[in-house]
Amino acid sequence: MAEKGRTVLTGVHFVNGDVACAEGAMAAGCRFFAGYPITPATEIAERMARRMIEFGGIFVQMEDELASMAAIIGASWAGAKSMTATSGPGFSLMQENIGLAIMTETPCVVVDIMRGGPSTGQPTEGAQQDVMQAKWGSHGDYEIIALAPSSVQEMFDLTIECFNLAETYRAPTFLLADGFTGHLWERVVIPRAEEIKTVERKKPSVAPDKYIPFKPDEDLVPPMACFGEGYHVHVTGLTHDERGYPKTVDPKVQYELVKRLCGKIRRNADKIIRTYEFMLEDAEVVVIAYGIPSRASVGAVKRAREAGIKAGLLRLVTVWPFPEKQVEELSNRVKSMVVPEMNCGQVVKEVERVAKETPVHFLPKIGGEPHSPSEIFEVIRRAAKA
Amino acid sequence: MTNLQEFERHPLANYLRVERFPHIWCEGCGNGIILHCFVKALDELGANMDKLVVVSGIGCMGRVAGYIQCDSFHTTHGRPIALATGIKLANPQLTVAVISGDGDLFAIGGNHFIHAARRNVDMTVICSNNFNYGMTGGQCGPTTPLLSYTTTTPYGNIEHPFNLVHLAAASGAVHVARWTVLHVKRLTESIKKALQKRGFKFIEVVSPCPEIYGRRNKFGKAIDTMKRYREIAEIRHGYAPSKAEITSEKIVVGEFIDIEKPTYGELLQGQFMRFNKG
Amino acid sequence: MPVRIWRTPLNIEKAKLPKAEIHIIKNQCKGCGFCIQFCPKDVLEESEEINERGVHPPKVVDESKCVLCSFCTSICPDFAIFVVEKLCEEEC
Repeated sequence: MAEKGRTVLTGVHFVNGDVACAEGAMAAGCRFFAGYPITPATEIAERMARRMIEFGGIFVQMEDELASMAAIIGASWAGAKSMTATSGPGFSLMQENIGLAIMTETPCVVVDIMRGGPSTGQPTEGAQQDVMQAKWGSHGDYEIIALAPSSVQEMFDLTIECFNLAETYRAPTFLLADGFTGHLWERVVIPRAEEIKTVERKKPSVAPDKYIPFKPDEDLVPPMACFGEGYHVHVTGLTHDERGYPKTVDPKVQYELVKRLCGKIRRNADKIIRTYEFMLEDAEVVVIAYGIPSRASVGAVKRAREAGIKAGLLRLVTVWPFPEKQVEELSNRVKSMVVPEMNCGQVVKEVERVAKETPVHFLPKIGGEPHSPSEIFEVIRRAAKA
Repeated sequence: MTNLQEFERHPLANYLRVERFPHIWCEGCGNGIILHCFVKALDELGANMDKLVVVSGIGCMGRVAGYIQCDSFHTTHGRPIALATGIKLANPQLTVAVISGDGDLFAIGGNHFIHAARRNVDMTVICSNNFNYGMTGGQCGPTTPLLSYTTTTPYGNIEHPFNLVHLAAASGAVHVARWTVLHVKRLTESIKKALQKRGFKFIEVVSPCPEIYGRRNKFGKAIDTMKRYREIAEIRHGYAPSKAEITSEKIVVGEFIDIEKPTYGELLQGQFMRFNKG
Repeated sequence: MPVRIWRTPLNIEKAKLPKAEIHIIKNQCKGCGFCIQFCPKDVLEESEEINERGVHPPKVVDESKCVLCSFCTSICPDFAIFVVEKLCEEEC
């Protein structure tokens, strides 16, 4: 189908985070969306259903999240940039094929608009309870990339970034947004199409008879021949050699494969990781936050400065791979750290691991209300006194 | 002459990843025959192997994708049809075939089967039905006959099995057939027909599992099961799928359903054309 | 129903039956015996030899009896047997 309609809605819009995410996907070149309705991510699917047909993209509502995840893997191998969007219960169902996407090095984007759990939990309330699940939810050893937006503009921008990272590293990439950011209405500025940087997957430069499908380049990422291009690729979720053929009982093959799948993310962590710094230069108490709590943290830091406390904020735009260097560097020069999270303690564990001796004050919040600036300010004040 | 050199002279060698043979299947397993009939059908159709994608799931038949010289995907358990849906919709130029087993397609993957059939996604689904989970050592599955013995039904199976052709027809498949692996020529013809037709096509192939299911139920060697097929298989084209239960006394085979219905892809294309005119 | 020919074809003298060349890839055979059992002309039988896989592959008893139906090729689960038409001179 020829592209006729506009994929990039250049201009200023007042929309919610889910819609901005969908628009970001289309601007990044997403041409296949498969999903299943779930609060608070449904608006992404609804937007896709309305918009994709305008330029010949495919929207398909699958029978469940297992199928949605499988379908976007298939679509990616058929050459399309693909995405699905869900929330906690659906994210749990997707874990099986997220593992398949990792093992088969399939570029695709999974959006998780986090709500309160366990199980059906609080469908309409935001949370940040799936951060560890995103990292460890599927079985086996692997590394993933996950970005955490904290505004509607970032729902747009970081969705594009997710596609670019997925295509660069041939890995499923996650947009981990809390339900509040998903349902938040804000101004979003969509630039002109030519101003949006998009990345396409690396293609083989050799003829089919010379092509070895899973032989990596220097960056540990193999060029990807898609279905229908004459390369006759065999793709399997089993442990496989560089030709893609199953080799399940050879320890060396498993070792080399898993080492590379983790290595291509770890070794490129510096290129992947993005953080945002606020008043960090002389900070003694640092708030480390991501997603919606980072917005309240800005207010809390300002109030702390007014109260004479040298506070600052490190906002994690990239949650996975965890920004170890940035946190470690801070831990060497600050007195203490404050981590507000909308869960009972997930990223804080990573901060504690990296910060070692530096005291870490944790501010959990569950129940469906985001942190208020004053709550965070109180913890900063206590941390400064200690 | 080495095996490989000899094998390369096989008339169908061009359709196979010859370096991966011999395949993993047991002596007398019907999966190899289904693979043969499939590539034979491709050969007779002069299929463009660059535009064919074979998708399989987990289990003995799940390994089939890796033996065919084309783009192929060996997916997770039960998900080949869902993954194939993504492939076909994202690139309608591709011919997509799903070849897998009864447990993969109808137990863990049953939901995907009925919904792809309902949507009429353009793909050919071939099921090797050996009445049990062979790869994991012979457990009860969705097609295991009542009172049969498997490792998880040591006192006899008390679950009623699916009649797969009835399920496929009721779910909306446009082409439904059943053969046994003894019916090689007819099976090949059926696959050819299915590959040429648009929509969701389903072919069930009754296949012996001599080493696992057959042994536990005292069916003798594979050849005895094959002889039994010759005795009890009854060709009834156009027969009502609802009545085509498989019993120990009779296996009704033939082409049961052959209807026309717009596919998901066609309806989507139509919607796109209307949208961009208006 | 099988087709029965009730009359002798007029050109039966001139007609030449195609000659078969049967290839057995012995080490690929797993010994199921389908080809032997289902050959309509009893061209094959189990051999004495034992292959790499520890089974007796089939052997050709009388190639001239083969009518090139290729049923053995199709029924072999292991791609271990195939039949091609012998290309030969006048008197073969």
